[in-house]
Amino acid sequence: MEYILIIIGAIFVNNVVLAQFLGICPFLGVSNKVSTAIGMGAAVIFVLTIASIAAYMLQYYILVPLGIEFMQTIVFILVIAALVQMVEIIIKKISPSLYQALGVFLPLITTNCAVLGVAILLIQKRLILLESITYAVATAAGFMLALVLFAGIRERLELEDVPNELKGVPIALVTAGILAMAFMGFSGLV
Amino acid sequence: MKNIEIFTRGIIRQNPVFVLLLGMCPTLGTTTSAINGMGMGVATMFVLTMSNIAISLIKNLVPGKVRIPAYIVVIASFVTVLQLVMEAYVPELYNTLGVFIPLIVVNCIILGRAEAFASKNNVMSSTMDGLGIGIGFTLSLTVLGAVREILGTYSIFGFKFADTDGILIFVLAPGAFIALAYLLALFNKFKAKLK
Repeated sequence: MEYILIIIGAIFVNNVVLAQFLGICPFLGVSNKVSTAIGMGAAVIFVLTIASIAAYMLQYYILVPLGIEFMQTIVFILVIAALVQMVEIIIKKISPSLYQALGVFLPLITTNCAVLGVAILLIQKRLILLESITYAVATAAGFMLALVLFAGIRERLELEDVPNELKGVPIALVTAGILAMAFMGFSGLV
Repeated sequence: MKNIEIFTRGIIRQNPVFVLLLGMCPTLGTTTSAINGMGMGVATMFVLTMSNIAISLIKNLVPGKVRIPAYIVVIASFVTVLQLVMEAYVPELYNTLGVFIPLIVVNCIILGRAEAFASKNNVMSSTMDGLGIGIGFTLSLTVLGAVREILGTYSIFGFKFADTDGILIFVLAPGAFIALAYLLALFNKFKAKLK
């Protein structure tokens, strides 16, 4: 039951993009086509899962025993950056087809603040390992859901007659605002 | 003269939020009130200026291939300093800004300026660049925060000017997107007029 609450909470109620404002850059940047949105979403699910496990291990097996929790920011960002690089190299070697699908998105993910944000949040929330993984996967799924929905709307928006000043990013932001309003409807769920 | 130009261009012509569209996460996430936006802006300006100074000092010592990780370590160190200082002296603001303080590390403005400017210029120009862009960022966040606070709670910097409740949606998540969208549209309109 607890896990179902975490999943619903992270996907719908506290959606990572539309309620917590993490990962706005890829949300605005790679949401022109549904197919790229799906690729990016899949890459984020993949990296977030691994990064959350790494963050948990680092925090409770290295930082806490040594009493250097204040080093959290430095250690997390370095490990996540190295991890993304490593994942990219491994995927390239093992599965070229997966690399074809996810490869271009992987370097972009290092600067996706959702990854570092979730790593810090799951430590702040004091989740145990299994809860952390659940939370990370659900958050990434929420990211993918928002991204794909948003890309679907934007594909249609291309054909609409938008006032000059609102063209491009402003109208995208208005759309995101309305999407965020729709997601607020879930707020009574948990 | 040249340094003054570097300083001023960050405020309007190369404004990080309204022109370059960088650092969107803290822009949307922390501007629930004018004072929060300003706090976030000043915090980012501190890290940006300090990391610009440090990187322009070490630019010749760092081998080209590992420069990005080296810059990230420099930025992360200043963010850690900031975290400890804020937690000690302004704990209330630190708690409101929450996860966005450590996330200054991945703010693309800072790494962007380090790579594009501080790694190629001397200390003085890099300081000016950091301060200029930092002030531009702070102003944008304060304006967005003020707009959301005025519409959302009918108050400004915490002072209430009407007795009724505001349009609450502007303080909540959707209001952030919509307020920024229309500010951007206004900015575009004025820019088009100037040209």
